[in-house]
Amino acid sequence: MSVELDVFVGNTTIMDEEVYQFWLDGYTVNDAVKVRMEGGVLEECEASAEVLRSDTMDQYRTFQMCERLLHSPAKLANQLLFQIPPHRQAMLIERYYTFDGVFVREVLGKKLSKGTKKDLDDVSAKTGVTLKSCRRQFDNFKRVFKVVEELKGPLVENIRQHFLLSDKLARDYAAIVFFANNRFETGKKKLHYLTFQDFAFCAGQLIIVHCNHSRVLMRPALIGKEFLQDLKELKILITDKDLLDQHKSLVCTALRGKTKAFNEMEANFKNLSRGLVNIAAKLTNTKDVRDFFIDLVEKFIEPCRSDKWTAGDMRLYLTHYTNSAHILDTFKHQVVWDRYMGVIKSCILKMYHD
Amino acid sequence: MPGKLKAKIVAGRHLPVMDRASDLTDAFVEVKFGNTTFKTDVFPKSLNPQWNSEWFKFEVDDEDLQDEPLQITVLDHDTYSANDAIGKVYIDIDPLLSCEAATVISGWLPIYDTIHGIRGEINVLVKVDLFNDLNRFRQSSCGVKFFCTTSIPRCYRVALVHGFVEELVVNEDPEYQWIDRIRTPRASNEARQRLISLMSGELQRKIGLKVLEMGGNAVVGYLQCFDLEGESGLVVRAIGTACTLDKLSPGTAPNTTTHTNTHTLPNTAPTSNACNSPSKDSKEPVFSEDPPHSLSGPPTPLRTLPSSSPPPFSPSKPCSRQSSSSDTDLSLTPRIGKTSPASSPSPPLSAPFLIPTQKLTVLFILLSQFIEFPIFTLTCFPPGFLVHVGGVVSTRSVKLLDRIHNPVLGNTRSYKLLDWNSVAADEPETRDAWWEEIRQEIKSHAKALGCHAVVGYSESTSICEEVCILSASGTAAMLNPRFMREGCLDTGGSDHRFEDASPPSCGFVHIPYDEFNMPFPAQLTYCYHCRRQKVPDVLFTTIDLPAEAEVTGKGCLIQARLCRTKKKAQGEVNATSISNLLPFMEYELHTQLMNKLKLRSMNALFGLRIQISVGENMLLGLASATGVYLSALPAPGGIQIAGKTPSDLSYDQHISTMQKRIDDTIAKNKELYNIHPPECIEEVVGSPIPDRQRSSRLFRSTSESSDELSELDLSHGKKDAFVLEIDDTDAVEDIQSLLTDAPIPAGFYSCNTEVMPGIHNWTSGLQMFTSVRVYRLSNANLTNQGLNKIFTDLCENLLKSLYFKLRSMIPCCLCHLNFTVAVPEEELIQVRGHTYLSTPLLLWSGENEEQLQFSMELCGESTISNNQPTAKPSAPSVDYGSFADRCSTWLELLRLKAHTIRRGSVKTSRRTQLLAHSGIANQQPVSLPCGAPVTVVKMTPLSFLPGTRIVKYLGIINMFFIRETTSLREEGGVSGFLHSFIAEVFAMVRAHVAALGGNALVSYSMKECVFMENPNKNQAQCLINVSGDAVIFIRESDQEAIPPLLTSRQTSSTGADGTT
Repeated sequence: MSVELDVFVGNTTIMDEEVYQFWLDGYTVNDAVKVRMEGGVLEECEASAEVLRSDTMDQYRTFQMCERLLHSPAKLANQLLFQIPPHRQAMLIERYYTFDGVFVREVLGKKLSKGTKKDLDDVSAKTGVTLKSCRRQFDNFKRVFKVVEELKGPLVENIRQHFLLSDKLARDYAAIVFFANNRFETGKKKLHYLTFQDFAFCAGQLIIVHCNHSRVLMRPALIGKEFLQDLKELKILITDKDLLDQHKSLVCTALRGKTKAFNEMEANFKNLSRGLVNIAAKLTNTKDVRDFFIDLVEKFIEPCRSDKWTAGDMRLYLTHYTNSAHILDTFKHQVVWDRYMGVIKSCILKMYHD
Repeated sequence: MPGKLKAKIVAGRHLPVMDRASDLTDAFVEVKFGNTTFKTDVFPKSLNPQWNSEWFKFEVDDEDLQDEPLQITVLDHDTYSANDAIGKVYIDIDPLLSCEAATVISGWLPIYDTIHGIRGEINVLVKVDLFNDLNRFRQSSCGVKFFCTTSIPRCYRVALVHGFVEELVVNEDPEYQWIDRIRTPRASNEARQRLISLMSGELQRKIGLKVLEMGGNAVVGYLQCFDLEGESGLVVRAIGTACTLDKLSPGTAPNTTTHTNTHTLPNTAPTSNACNSPSKDSKEPVFSEDPPHSLSGPPTPLRTLPSSSPPPFSPSKPCSRQSSSSDTDLSLTPRIGKTSPASSPSPPLSAPFLIPTQKLTVLFILLSQFIEFPIFTLTCFPPGFLVHVGGVVSTRSVKLLDRIHNPVLGNTRSYKLLDWNSVAADEPETRDAWWEEIRQEIKSHAKALGCHAVVGYSESTSICEEVCILSASGTAAMLNPRFMREGCLDTGGSDHRFEDASPPSCGFVHIPYDEFNMPFPAQLTYCYHCRRQKVPDVLFTTIDLPAEAEVTGKGCLIQARLCRTKKKAQGEVNATSISNLLPFMEYELHTQLMNKLKLRSMNALFGLRIQISVGENMLLGLASATGVYLSALPAPGGIQIAGKTPSDLSYDQHISTMQKRIDDTIAKNKELYNIHPPECIEEVVGSPIPDRQRSSRLFRSTSESSDELSELDLSHGKKDAFVLEIDDTDAVEDIQSLLTDAPIPAGFYSCNTEVMPGIHNWTSGLQMFTSVRVYRLSNANLTNQGLNKIFTDLCENLLKSLYFKLRSMIPCCLCHLNFTVAVPEEELIQVRGHTYLSTPLLLWSGENEEQLQFSMELCGESTISNNQPTAKPSAPSVDYGSFADRCSTWLELLRLKAHTIRRGSVKTSRRTQLLAHSGIANQQPVSLPCGAPVTVVKMTPLSFLPGTRIVKYLGIINMFFIRETTSLREEGGVSGFLHSFIAEVFAMVRAHVAALGGNALVSYSMKECVFMENPNKNQAQCLINVSGDAVIFIRESDQEAIPPLLTSRQTSSTGADGTT
């Protein structure tokens, strides 16, 4: 005797969140049953393995049928096939679009192309995330990218409205899309210590809020046309020797006695300043944008770290470094400078950890 | 031209991509009614077309309006080739034809294709302008209301019950026409869907005509069934109860139960009065005011008859039965009768009535002259309607579907839609005759039980190849005639003379038959409630537990399962062997039910449904009922086991351990179901209750004839304890199966009736679901025992699965738990497994109502305590630990939601609010982020929604769908295919209810679910028929509207959903 057909359908679609997670994680039915059995569901209600298996199969089928709708979450709300209460819909969507930190770290900044998708089995092997789950997450990135690429208006808001995601998740997606669009280099060994959340934060800083087309939006904030020239002008801070010296002395005066790493700061000032201003200049060249993070780490963070600056030191230094520029009377580009340093400062502070 | 139908096509959405090149669709719509077709413009290159068409007007006869569906076809325009059909929508116009039902159909309806399933949705508006037509010869019956509900609909009052109405129509099945060989599966499916839609329309119209003739205005308990007889055709038949209903003004509508009007209760009295005290009422108000009916002859003979002291009709056991069941050679139609000698036409007055009953009897004879069949499909009655209940009556008959009865339908002629009356003129008569025979028999069974009516009546068929089992069952009962006579109801207030009668809570269990001439051996005692009337020791019925009945403890689902092998045979031989097997099956099922009832120490069964399905080489029997302990009936004795050969010591030991296990189980069950009847009763009564020790034996010999299988326990004569003799393996098996019935997990209750006996606090959170399973038996050479075991396991497994799935919702109750078994075609299996030995598939379609039921402690006032005054405060066992858990998770959830609101910006506040209100909003049409509201539609097999009030009935929903696939594997195999199909059917039903303006479907049932597959060809086909009543409901009151919110949130936080 064998079960040929086994179906359970409710008027309100009945879903088990635990099984949903197994499905999202790419478990096969058998694996899911195994895990559930170990979880002790059976003892709870005196069911047999057969019952558990049948339940798991039912749920998997439901999720598979829902998956098509989850691809455009707005449809889930006005489709008629499944009667799902709104809060369950929100749960389904949120979970479906949630991604693994380890996975996203691997593909961050890569082109969301077929080629990358082909390499997902390597990523899967490396991260321990099942291939099925990797594909789902990758497809999610790609889908969001495709949709918002064409839209006007603020990026995060667009994502949130189109995919009905929570604020947090929408921001993360904005970051992913932003990275993918600019192909930031994140895979270098030196950058390995950075988590996805570090990058997501930086992306948030780099994205401007007031611009009206995503194509433009998805470029780093500082590349707005009007700033291109201005950013280049910042170079004066390092090319003009007087200005550089003046800047250094101002910063050093302010810092003296306030930190243990003062000597190193003083010694390295010119190098560090050159590093930061060069990054600004480099940003004007779209091709070089992708090296932004590696530059930041190589030119600034690593030297500081080798000098054993604390996070407090870093904050202090950057604050004074930014503010001192205002006192330079020959330096005319205060607005651009503030804007640039505001972004850079918060990025560095976020990235400055072990 | 009495009607103008108007339709407007507004828009479409989510259409499929029909043009691969552009990934878009050029859609247009054809609107067809009868032979008239209109078209909209093509809306180019869009998946969400906005047609916004003009009003298409059809001027048609109201006859057509009733028969025909409005047919909407969505197509993709193609310049170079034929236009591709995207899908269709059939709209039943019927609800618009009654002024009290819906006025407009408006909303998004799924576009359905029999091959691809749902393909997008279409927004339509449909209206009907009816002109009054008072033509006496009209063929239409517009305005007659139809209800699937088997009780008086909640917002109506019954003025008059006219009685039984039935009709059937027959046609050729398009699937079996020659043309089917050349047309596409899609065309064939559509022809079939359309034909059935037309046939059910016609059927309803004809029944409506009958109702109008009788002077009624509604059909309650409307039950429509399809018999897919294969090559011999397609039968659509329906039965119902014609009534005159008055609409209650909204303010006075009784909500949950109609039994709150206590002033009508004294009306139960007449019979109880009549039964033992010959009160010579000089005036008989009921009888005296009957002139309008002017029954010419009756009165005189009636008055004389009751005086005859020796009953002319003695219900001796008819020995003719054996022969009647085997006389296949005579008539091709072997029958199995049960209690009565249907052959001998007894006088209409069967005299088990005592003399004083004359008033009633007289009335009912009047009645039975009116109504050919005093049969009612209702299972729930207005207070006072049901006077006495006799027991279950049932009849089965085995027929051969013989094509000879069909006029030879020319193969070259395709069916004409309005012509089938003439085409298949002969056949309805044959089928009619079959059913008439059965109803006659049922009627005579009821008479044998001293009853004049049958209530809770239903009919069913089981077809395998050319053999067909027709079954009918009901409950013999005495009814209060006030409801049948014009004007009687309104005089109810003056009937006070009956007030001294026995309390209504026990009246219905009093025996209707004569104590000294019992139709079968039963053990009578004085009623434990009123101590004045006699009651039987057990009572089996097909009706719901009357609300006035007093119950001790809680009820539970009791199932008897049986499987019998039979030889494969053809034609008459096959029919004979089946009809020979049937009595034994019924007997076995009855014994099983009785044993299980005793094991749970209960004494009555309600909602009994015995289903016998026939397959190529086996018969399946499944009996389900809800067992209860009626306080008015005597306490059941235990079960005793007796061995035949007491010499063997180890054998004795074995028996004693078995006995102990049984006793333990009984004790445990008493605890579980909270059955603690007062013990002192016996002394008080001093009634002829036999000694508990004095027990007779039930001999389990297979030579026993079908006489044994009767309604009440025929064979278990004067005894209290129930003795099982285990001298053969059969009985051992039985006892084993008795004990191996898995106990219900804690927190679950189950029943197959509308309300769970003994539990009175319901929440409004409910869930409806359907589960279908098909098993393949691997070994074809199984014995009866082996099969039985497998079959029992299957049932148990399905139940276990349900309990498991719903574990997060406890404490809860599975109401209306309804199992259907079938043994699908064998031909199919042969193709599949290349096994000549049959490996039958069992198809399961269980419809279950799952009802959340929280205890008082859990949600305070939210639970609606049943307005039954006698209700004992039963405290369902609640796991307080889980309760606390649930509360805390719920609080967390709330906090989370609050957080979301705070964070939500202005733009998104709509969505976040929705999140926060999700618990509450499930009643109202929820406006969702994209702006298109999807109404939440609840579906339930119950006739009501707990905690709510039905304010309007919008009309009957009766839909038939076919789905076929030629890419079974790609759709996820048979399970994936059926899963999505059932989900689609639900979706379409919900959409149609919502389009009528409703928010729930009550009395929902899936009557047909036929599944066929051919995996070798990667094909499968499934037919589903669903029906129910579309209604609008509102929450009972504001006061109660707040706490249910609590519960629904709680459930949602624990993984269950408050909505359905």
